[in-house]
Amino acid sequence: MATLEINDLHARVAEEDGERILRGVDLTVESGEIHALMGPNGSGKSTTAKVIAGHPAYEVTDGEILLHLDEADVADIDEDIDEADYTWNLLELEPNERAALGIFLGFQYPAEIEGVTMTNFLRQAINAKHEEREELFEDEEAEADADEDEDAGYDSSPMEGPTDEGEIGVAEFQQLLSEKMELLDMDEKFMQRYLNAGFSGGEKKQNEVLQAAMLEPAVAVLDEIDSGLDIDRLQDVAKGINALRDEQGTGVLQITHYQRILDYVEPDHVHIMLDGEVVKSGDAELAEQLEDKGYDWVREEVYEAA
Amino acid sequence: MSSEDHIKETDTEARFEFKKEQKSAFQTEKGLTEETIRLISEDKDEPEWMLERRLRALEQYKAMPMPTDWPGQPDLSEVEIDEIVPYIRPDIETRGGAENWDDLPEEIQDTFDKLGIPEAEKKALSGVGAQYESEIVYQNMQEQWEEKGVIFCDMDKAVQEHEEIVKEHFMTKCVPPSDNKFAALHGAIWSGGSFVYVPEDVTVNMPVQAYFRMNSEGMGQFEHTLIIAEEGSEMHYIEGCSAPKYSAFNLHSGGVEVFVGEDAHVQYSTVQNWSKNTYNLNTKRAIVEENGRMEWISGSMGSKATMLYPSTILKGRGASDNHITIAMAGEGQDIDTGAKVYHNAPETKSTIESKSIAKDGGRTNYRGLVHIADGAENSSTAVECDALMFDNESTSDTMPYMEINESKVDVAHEATVGKIGDEDIFYLQSRGLDDDDAKQMIVSGFIEPITEELPIEYAVELNRLVELEMEGSLG
Repeated sequence: MATLEINDLHARVAEEDGERILRGVDLTVESGEIHALMGPNGSGKSTTAKVIAGHPAYEVTDGEILLHLDEADVADIDEDIDEADYTWNLLELEPNERAALGIFLGFQYPAEIEGVTMTNFLRQAINAKHEEREELFEDEEAEADADEDEDAGYDSSPMEGPTDEGEIGVAEFQQLLSEKMELLDMDEKFMQRYLNAGFSGGEKKQNEVLQAAMLEPAVAVLDEIDSGLDIDRLQDVAKGINALRDEQGTGVLQITHYQRILDYVEPDHVHIMLDGEVVKSGDAELAEQLEDKGYDWVREEVYEAA
Repeated sequence: MSSEDHIKETDTEARFEFKKEQKSAFQTEKGLTEETIRLISEDKDEPEWMLERRLRALEQYKAMPMPTDWPGQPDLSEVEIDEIVPYIRPDIETRGGAENWDDLPEEIQDTFDKLGIPEAEKKALSGVGAQYESEIVYQNMQEQWEEKGVIFCDMDKAVQEHEEIVKEHFMTKCVPPSDNKFAALHGAIWSGGSFVYVPEDVTVNMPVQAYFRMNSEGMGQFEHTLIIAEEGSEMHYIEGCSAPKYSAFNLHSGGVEVFVGEDAHVQYSTVQNWSKNTYNLNTKRAIVEENGRMEWISGSMGSKATMLYPSTILKGRGASDNHITIAMAGEGQDIDTGAKVYHNAPETKSTIESKSIAKDGGRTNYRGLVHIADGAENSSTAVECDALMFDNESTSDTMPYMEINESKVDVAHEATVGKIGDEDIFYLQSRGLDDDDAKQMIVSGFIEPITEELPIEYAVELNRLVELEMEGSLG
């Protein structure tokens, strides 16, 4: 059971006089929970998602992002696990290391990578994740030393292990993939297409959920996964998200503008962001209220209280 | 460690970066004089006509100025021919190449083991020639091809044993020494290389490979390759090149001549991984008869500067050409490469695909020429050049010249120049790939449309080199 804990997170655009976007975000997402993060445009939802994943365009100025793991989360690791290995400060890690620990970001606008087939990409991603996990949990002391010595940069691969160790077998991979694609109602032809290249908006979003299903993250942050989907695709995607939670115990932080997807993926918690902060949290009913009344009443309520 | 393990486990520069103590039986002084040429020719026991051709080429070399006026060309000011040792004959018993790897001195045997040549020979090749310094040291071909009349031998040996055919084709109508200064240089001091002759209607179904290795500092390698594919024949020739890196410059100036007969098909693939102190200035040309087909596949990863524009003369009606070029330039490298095609007959067809990658301040340039002669009606050409840059320090130019003197033709041209995107890298990183692997994935995707057309054995080697180049500078 994993917990993503965000405390008092402040971030700005990483350039001189970069705009301050996050002004003290607090949020906790546990495995198996579905959270909806809502709020008007420009309130900092997407930035929160990108900062969790480690996007280099943002600089964290204050606060922390912690990932707490338990024994079940590291059952695949052969090494003895130190107590300290159960909690990770994500802000010290590279994006791929965060991914290896179980953070997944579903992009609002997924990149199109020409010439790389879906099969190729997914196999490499899964193998890279396994390899990185081995490295993260291995020889922690030496890595911690290296970290303290040079705060300028973290060496993502201090030692090159043999790459074929622990790689997923072809048959195993194919079977896993077929299952997940069937669940998402995706045609097998997708696998020979280049990653997102020429995909329709809806196909891209399905593909984001497929990748989450294949990589089995502890926490998946899905940024506007519902935008640009017709009703059939919306249902497929919703089914995929529910399966992430039900079958893999993934915690989901879903960023959305609309109640629509929440009819299919019922959130346990709903949070509202305004001006770079989470100002109000509640249950599924809160989202319905927003649908009826918009954000103005939240703003009034928050600023009156302040 | 077995040679196979060495290849698997040393995906680093170490695979090419090893130096052997220099042991030669004979070598010339530095520089280029008539006396040097006479010495080389004498050491090779050449017929008089070859010595005469060499001396004539030397005169032409002296008369021609160094090319300095091409727009944006690599800087060749360091190339001082008087600093080069043009001829080193390694110390081996057999002239013309041993037929057995075990007959070679240990250091030479070990060199080619490390490069994986004997291993590849066992698995997928019809024949292998291996050149060390200035001479072919190993040469062998499967018996079945010999029985069909295929000749694959050392160029020096061909001068002796197939004198008439060599005399007719050697630097006469295809690449005369007068073509350019380095062709003239090559004509004067060429040594080693391969001679391939494929008789009518014979299809050599597995490739033959030649590997060229320079070991000594400050030397020049000038091998000559002559391929004659008779009517209806087919063959695939692969050449690989490498050298360890030295502080002084090395010079490679090869000459390649290919004669593609009627309905014949020749594929010529090069994987060039010269050390980053090597100037690689080659002249390669093919003449294609009616309905013949020529394919040039060139991967240029190494060298300090490369100037290479394989050219095809489509001489007979319906002849066709396909160029695939992949160039990669890192720090301090200037890879200037491209293609030339002359459509001299009706219904001829050419396609040129070029992909280049520049990183860490490297420079790539596509320089190409398509000429369609008056009367070459119903011919078509399609040129596509794509460049990918890693950073703002790297540069890439595209200079596709077209000379179209016939109106009934189909001409297509496309060019793109792009920079590797930060968002693309982040996307892949967020899926678990580290920075290097993410960039490598984008690069292999970029060249994928080309690599999927390549012969498998070539694609594997090329991908390994691309990975190696990426590791070398991004790590």
